Formats: sequence, C-alpha cells, structure tokens
Amino acid sequence: MALWFRIEYFVSRSTTSIVAVLNGASRDGRERICMPELAIGTEHLTRSFGSVKAVDDLTLEVPAGSVFGFLGPNGAGKTTTIHLLLGLLEAASGYARVFGLNCRTHADQIRARTGALLEFSGLYERMSAEDNLDLFGRIHHMSAPDRHARTKELMVHLDLWDRRKDSVGTWSRGMKQKLAVARALFHHPALIVLDEPTSGLDPVAAAALRDDLAILVKSESATVFLNTHNLAEAERLCTLVGVIRKGKLLALGSPDELRFKQGGPRAEIIGLGFTDDLLARLRGRPEVSGAELRSGHLLLTLRGDARVGPLVSLIVRQGGEVEEVRKGAASLEDVFLTLMEEERS
Amino acid sequence: MSDIFTVMWKEWKDSLFQGGWRAWIRPSLLMGIVGIIWPLVGKAAWMDLSPLQMVVVLWVEFFVVISIVADSFAGERERHTLETLLATRLPDRAILLGKVAIVVLYGWGVLVVSLLLGAGVCNLAYGQEHSIFYPADMLSFTLVLGLLIGTFGAGAGVLLSLRSSTVRMVQATLSIGTVVLGGAIIALLQLLPKWFFQTFTTDQILLMVAGIIALLDILLVAIAMLRFQRTKLIAR
Repeated sequence: MALWFRIEYFVSRSTTSIVAVLNGASRDGRERICMPELAIGTEHLTRSFGSVKAVDDLTLEVPAGSVFGFLGPNGAGKTTTIHLLLGLLEAASGYARVFGLNCRTHADQIRARTGALLEFSGLYERMSAEDNLDLFGRIHHMSAPDRHARTKELMVHLDLWDRRKDSVGTWSRGMKQKLAVARALFHHPALIVLDEPTSGLDPVAAAALRDDLAILVKSESATVFLNTHNLAEAERLCTLVGVIRKGKLLALGSPDELRFKQGGPRAEIIGLGFTDDLLARLRGRPEVSGAELRSGHLLLTLRGDARVGPLVSLIVRQGGEVEEVRKGAASLEDVFLTLMEEERS
Repeated sequence: MSDIFTVMWKEWKDSLFQGGWRAWIRPSLLMGIVGIIWPLVGKAAWMDLSPLQMVVVLWVEFFVVISIVADSFAGERERHTLETLLATRLPDRAILLGKVAIVVLYGWGVLVVSLLLGAGVCNLAYGQEHSIFYPADMLSFTLVLGLLIGTFGAGAGVLLSLRSSTVRMVQATLSIGTVVLGGAIIALLQLLPKWFFQTFTTDQILLMVAGIIALLDILLVAIAMLRFQRTKLIAR
C-alpha cells in the first residue's frame, strides 16, 4: 500500500489585542462610555420580527481600525445588525454606538461617516458607472475635481475605468459588486460596512473582489464591518471575528484566538476503514483528546505537541488505509462548524 | 438645499431621462397632443385659454405627474436601491422634497412647453397681422395652478409610494383615486348654487381653487414628511 505522508504543521500564536465583551458582561444596566478608539459598541442589543428574535442580546465591541468579520449562516441576524447600526431599524432593547454616537439618536451623523455595501448592490442600473459614483460624491459634498479624481482612482484600481460611461445595467454581477465597493469607499469613510460582498459571484470573480478588498481595506485605514458566511473570506481579510447564530453571539476574537480556543493542534486523516473500534482505540490514546469522523475524514484533536506518526501506524495496524495526513491548527471553518453544532445541541 | 438638488439630479438621471432618446418619446407625445393637435382642433379660440381648456391642460399635467411619481419610493424598493439611498447621509427632508420637486418640475415643464408650442402653432396656423398670445391672467392662473396641482399629485403619489411594495400598486391606487377625485369635483360643481357663480368672478373662483389646492399640498407634504421614517421604510 502506497503510503503518502504529507504533514503540514502550522501554529501561529496571536498577540492581537482586542476588547471582547461577551454576552453577560456589564449587566448593571449602565451605558458603557465608548472610548474614541472604539468604532462600534453594542450592549444587549435586541431586535425581533414578530416572534423571531433576529438579534438577541448582542454585546459586541469593535476597535477602530480593525477589520471585523461577522460570521453566520443565512438568517443569523447579520444584516439586521447592520441595519441597527445605521439607524435603518430601531432596536427593541439595548443600545448601539458607532464612534461613540448613539445609533438611535445620531444615526444621521453615523451615516455621514459610513460607506455601505448592503445586501443588494444598490446601484442605479440606468445610470452610468461614473454617474453612480458621482452621485455619492455629491451626497457627501465633495467638490467636482475631487469627485472626478476619486472616480478615476477607484475605477482604474478596480479595472473598470474603460467602461465608466456604460449603463451599470449592462455590466456583469462581478463588475457591479466592484463598483458597489468603490461607492462604499468613495468618500473616505471612517467605517466601511460590507454585507456579503462576494455573495452570488462565481469563484473567480469572488477571489478577484476579495483581492481588491484586501488591498483597498489596507490602503483606506478605516474600520471595516464585514458580514459574511464565507469563512475563507473572513480568514483572509479579518483581524477580528464574531460568530452569530439565531441572533446570538457565539464567539468573538481574532481568527487565531478562535482557532486556539477550539483546542490544540489537529490532524485530518484521509483514507478508508475508519471503524468505530478504531475511533475508540484512538480516543483511548493519551495524546488524543478527540477523534471523530467528518465527511469521511478522520479528525483527531491532539494534546500538546503530540506526534501523528504513531497514530498513523496504529490506524494502519488496525486495517485502516491512509492516503493523506494533514496536521495543523483548527481552521476557522472547524471553529465555525463546531460552534454551530454546540449551539444546535 | 444642495442635498435636495442632489436628489433631483439623481432622479433626473435615473428615472426621467435615462436611456437616451427613448426617454423623450413619452413627453414628446404628450406635448405633441396638447401643444399641436388640440390647438389645431380648437383653432384660434385655443388662445383664449378658457377655464375648460385650462382644466383639460391641467388634467394632462396631473396624469403626467402621477404616472411618474409612483416610481419614487416603490420603484427604488423594487430595484433594491432604496436601502442604499437610506443608508447615506442625505437628510429625510432632502430625499422626500427632492423627489417631489423633480416630479413637479417635470410635469410643469411639460405644461409650459405644451402651452408655448400651442401658441406657436396657433400663430402659424391662424396668425393675423399681430401675433396672438394667451390672456395674461388666464396664463398666470394656469401656470400657478399647474404648480399646485403638480404638487398635489406628487404629494399624494409620494405618500402612497412610501410604504407600497410595488409601483403597479401605487399606480392602480392613484388611477382609482383620480377617477374618484374627478367624479367628486364634477358632483361638487353641480351641487354649487347658481348664486355662487353669479357672485364671484372667474378670477375669484380660480383664486379660491388655488388656495384650497395649496392647503391640500401643504397637508399632503406634511403627512408624507411625518410618514417618512427610515426605520419603517425597509421591508423585510
């Protein structure tokens, strides 16, 4: 039997400093004073639609300058949270602040400092691309030369300049999303809100937009609030991640912190013959804290700096076939799926 | 004010004159009917701008306004642009008044061009030694009432469009409302006693009408402003 070992070991330790206040903190009812370095702060934020709690007791703090990824399945409450932050919906209870401004009473000032790409691109398809950007420059009282310069800068960067005179309705979905991103960044906002920016794009267009976002986000030095259910996107772009399901915040931290919270290093073994008996034997090993089958792959959670070699030998001795072994920290996808399962159970 | 102009600029580009020459078909047809065909049918008497002619011209303008205004919010909602517009720094008042103003100006523009066209056609077709023009008082009343009736149609349309999910729904409601309104006006005119028309001159009656419509305009726009709440405009 051909045995091919491919061992990848990647452990990174995060030293990212974040202020993470999870549900239950500060229950004295007093409003926390938002420091200037805090871009977004919510406390016990709740919003229901009929009997459904779209956002449920959400307490969250996002430091200024960070790229915050809000992860969750469809209907988790991500879009509702954005609507609450922008004053497009009223909270049933709790409060939210953006740059220290109350979202209920100072939403207009918040919107002035925010650029948003919401659930839909929101582009005026009968207008040209150039006019779409120009409109948002006018809205933010930019001078005509500034509007023109910014239009050129962003459209050239996103490779859209040659088609600036075209009606947006004639463009592909990927191009429209790029233009919507340009529009969100147009007036150099302090907060950029992106609601599933790569949703509905083909993999190539999504990857291209992700690359553009990564560069633009870095160059704009703004705070970014990114709603996504794309874990690779969050892993690529975000410095801070919140996981939400059914309106409840399940976890908050940097991607590395979340991975480490999930346990020690992991080994993913691809092969055949992973019987229940084999799993029981593996669980009985001192260096293994967990063994489970996920999509036919054997996932082992290891203790400390355990070696995988002896475990692979055990599997082979027990009649298992091993084709590939990967060792590394838990991925954000592992973290996400585990959190979803925990919450469900 | 600059925010209102921004919204008007947007509406002009997006709704009224998008798509190149095709955008000119509808207003050109209307102006052709009101500014060329009707004056040719009415001959030189068209230049009297009698109250009946005034009603017909204003009725056309009203239809122009209500056919466009339905799109103001419901259209943006249908095309998924409303949410993004509401997420900008534009004040509520600027969005609402900008949308009302552009529709009123569009309808009024159609009215003015139609009247000028009609005057030109009458002068060319029935011109005598001196050029003829509309009586100053009737023309002034037509223009003022045009603005007021346009605002009335735009205010009612925006009010309906604010919370409607489709443009078609708003258009249907406005069409029914217009028929009911027309019927009510005719019934009212028949119910008015004869002494009313003997007591007051045409100018006085037109002034009263203008005053009533102005009050209705203020009421409609005020209600629309009260109902314009961002937190209730995004459907889920």
